[in-house]
Amino acid sequence: MDMDKVDISVNISKDKKLNKNLFNKVWDSHAVKTLSSGQTQLFIDLHLIHEVTSPQAFGMLRSSSLDVMYPNKTFATVDHIIPTDTRQRPFQDSLAEDMIVAIKKNCEEFGIKFFGVETGDQGIVHVVGPEKGLTQPGMTIVCGDSHTSTHGAFGSIAFGIGTSQVRDVLATQTLAINRLKVRRINVNGDLKPGVYAKDVILHIIKKLGVKGGIGYAYEYGGSTIENMNMEERMTLCNMSIEGGARVGYVNPDQKTFDYLKDREYSPKGEKWQKAVEYWKSLASDSDAEYDDIVNIEAVEIAPTVTWGINPGQAMSIEDLIPSENEVKEEDKLTLKEALEYMDLKEHQPIAGTKIDVAFIGSCTNGRLSDLEEVAKYVKGQKVSSKVKALVVPGSMRVKLEAENKGLDKVFEEAGFEWREAGCSMCLAMNPDKLQGRQLCASSSNRNFKGRQGSPSGRTVLMSPVMVAAAAITGEITDARKLFNE
Amino acid sequence: MSLNKITKVQGTAVYVSGDDIDTDRIIPARFMKCVTFDGLGQYAFYDVRFDENGNSKDHPMDKAEHKEATILISGKNFGCGSSREHAPQSLYHWGIRAIIAESYAEIFFGNCTMLGIPCITLSKEQIEKIAVLIQKNPSLNLEIDLMTNKLFLDTESIEFQIPESSKLSLMEGRWDSLGELLDGKDAIKLTAKKLESAY
Repeated sequence: MDMDKVDISVNISKDKKLNKNLFNKVWDSHAVKTLSSGQTQLFIDLHLIHEVTSPQAFGMLRSSSLDVMYPNKTFATVDHIIPTDTRQRPFQDSLAEDMIVAIKKNCEEFGIKFFGVETGDQGIVHVVGPEKGLTQPGMTIVCGDSHTSTHGAFGSIAFGIGTSQVRDVLATQTLAINRLKVRRINVNGDLKPGVYAKDVILHIIKKLGVKGGIGYAYEYGGSTIENMNMEERMTLCNMSIEGGARVGYVNPDQKTFDYLKDREYSPKGEKWQKAVEYWKSLASDSDAEYDDIVNIEAVEIAPTVTWGINPGQAMSIEDLIPSENEVKEEDKLTLKEALEYMDLKEHQPIAGTKIDVAFIGSCTNGRLSDLEEVAKYVKGQKVSSKVKALVVPGSMRVKLEAENKGLDKVFEEAGFEWREAGCSMCLAMNPDKLQGRQLCASSSNRNFKGRQGSPSGRTVLMSPVMVAAAAITGEITDARKLFNE
Repeated sequence: MSLNKITKVQGTAVYVSGDDIDTDRIIPARFMKCVTFDGLGQYAFYDVRFDENGNSKDHPMDKAEHKEATILISGKNFGCGSSREHAPQSLYHWGIRAIIAESYAEIFFGNCTMLGIPCITLSKEQIEKIAVLIQKNPSLNLEIDLMTNKLFLDTESIEFQIPESSKLSLMEGRWDSLGELLDGKDAIKLTAKKLESAY
């Protein structure tokens, strides 16, 4: 590649006349070259790693005698396996202990910044990136975790990768990938009271299906999205992958810049204004072209919960569980399997279904604003004696900020356990697990069979406020009815 | 780095029926507490194959006639969910060398190609037909020929789909992308410089 070409591509990204969307602008400015397979060699600005999907990648580097090309573009933390009751080392689970030892050692050996527990900055990788100001508009961001799409809330192109690709990014700061198509999803209007970003994304997945997004990046826009704060946009983008879309993003705007201003890794001084101008230039042009456009009215969206074994098997809390003849031919097989597994019946309301566990947390809904919103409603209420209820902050910073606001007391007084930061019961790689056939009302992102640690455990996904309502009544409940009375 | 050129995969097949089979089902998260992929083969589809006491549930993968299978057949959106490479690694270590399905989740598909596992696509009808043939004759030999995009079985052949970039990488022995990415080091540095000076 010669310098002329490089200069041209910078100009293209700033050219307003090309009707380009953000995805294509960012892609073009990060394309190193076209590989012989036809894939793009894509430059990665920010690489996040955690303890589960990185150790094998470092092993591969060592066995090939390779170094990390840009150690200052990779940041690490520990989230999946970390216990949330006690941080005492060594962990009781020796396998978990091995993994935390390995990531620390790997980071030290290769010169990578590690946000361990001792730094006070540990947390779920998708909570830590934004709160440190590492996540910025126009960046390409990858992590060996499919919920990397979360970072798209800032107008970055962010997606999950496998461990061999983690190795590729460590060794070359690039990866081989095919360009995606872009689907614009407009959501317009005001959300009804008691309807949250979580309901919006569950509604979108229900409407477009769990594989509807394969081959696409989702660009979310419209007045509903513009009105969302950054944490709500993160919830939205987080679950793009559950709809099959590896990437989901929102164009950067003043809210994005306000969030990032003065964060630890945000540009400072003179650079800040230049950065903002550059970021603005990356937003999709007003006449940008898309491969597909979907329009959704906010008023259609109710508090949404899942009834099945994938996040597309979702319904309004007001509706009845669908029957076989209400779903598409291709979804009939999974419907039967799901109802059997969940022990639910078609044409019945889901409200009233007994729960055993309530989980508030995860990279989807473990941020400060999630906890603040729930705390408003649980103040003075009591968790049902039949329910084990956990609140797991997304990061040590979220925990600290919540405690500074006294939220821990509100939760504890209501009967919730107030835990340390981590992924916890979202995927139950740490000691927080369902037992047997327990049913969990969960603010996390996946309701797959066995997802929450028991091979026969059951998950119903919903917003954190809906989880709180279920915790209090002991059954799946329309939070609007419970809390407005 | 020199890799095998993968032009053909042949062997017997095992049919794991179902749509939207996610990577948590392929490899439950509790088995990811490891710092190497070796040994993951025994945990592939663990909770579908074994009950909570570790007793076999007589899953197709555990039937004597399928134990040597090299080709896995399933439904649509295979491998959805998590990006964990542990999923294709567990299948690979169990003995799987190619997958036939109606469609695949994107990250899973990329992870498979990276390990040299071709993921080919057939229609629901074609898959159901093959499943019946395998049920009748579990030792039926299948041959996936990437050169001609044809699956040979019995006396017939069926045309399959596979994205061109994946097919080329496999056939030309470049399925593990690292070698080619490393070749572009100078271009990488130029791109890095350009992006760093964007503002």
